[in-house]
Amino acid sequence: MARIAGVDLPRDKRVEIALTYIYGIGRSTSKKVLRDCQIDPDTKVRNLTDEEVVRLRSYIDQNLKVEGDLRREVAQNIKRKMEIGCYQGLRHRMGLPVRGQRTHTNARTRKGPRKTVGVKRKKK
Amino acid sequence: MGRSLKKGPYVDEKLYFKIEDLNRRNEKRVIKTWSRRSTIFPEMVGHTIAVYDGKRHVPVYITENMVGHKLGEFAPTRRRTKHGHAHERPTRLK
Repeated sequence: MARIAGVDLPRDKRVEIALTYIYGIGRSTSKKVLRDCQIDPDTKVRNLTDEEVVRLRSYIDQNLKVEGDLRREVAQNIKRKMEIGCYQGLRHRMGLPVRGQRTHTNARTRKGPRKTVGVKRKKK
Repeated sequence: MGRSLKKGPYVDEKLYFKIEDLNRRNEKRVIKTWSRRSTIFPEMVGHTIAVYDGKRHVPVYITENMVGHKLGEFAPTRRRTKHGHAHERPTRLK
């Protein structure tokens, strides 16, 4: 079992893809890691030698901020912005998009499910 | 897109000199400014700067965490739309 940076272990995939299961590693970081560790990106995870796994693990531990640490950093950045009351922080507080997207329509990811406001009709 | 590092952070010189002046004299006074585009410098920490929002000068107390942001980020230029208060004309609000 390949277990890197805590919990992650997808087996039957190519390492290049498998590494992206770690929070904080995407395709390009994954490629870079494998290049630096001199491992063929096309090998399946189950075919990795123990030595290669160790090499990957130590490389990631030393060079990359992943999983819990990264999540904490992101959360802290958001918290800081909310506390100082800057524009981005205000948007986070209101649960609206932060990067200037339109909110007239869309923005459902940030705003959550639609809350329909009913129109009260006059009875004849 | 961020600003080129080569140029360094931007700050309105007039504002910067005013702050320097206050620091030299160890004085604290609210400074009114229209320069929302100025970066907050470490020298400004502890001062209160009144940043123009298009209508009035919003007093902003500068803390250490704010360094590196722009003054304008702390004085929103838009009012949150509220529905169902048609009688209170928003334009009449002072």
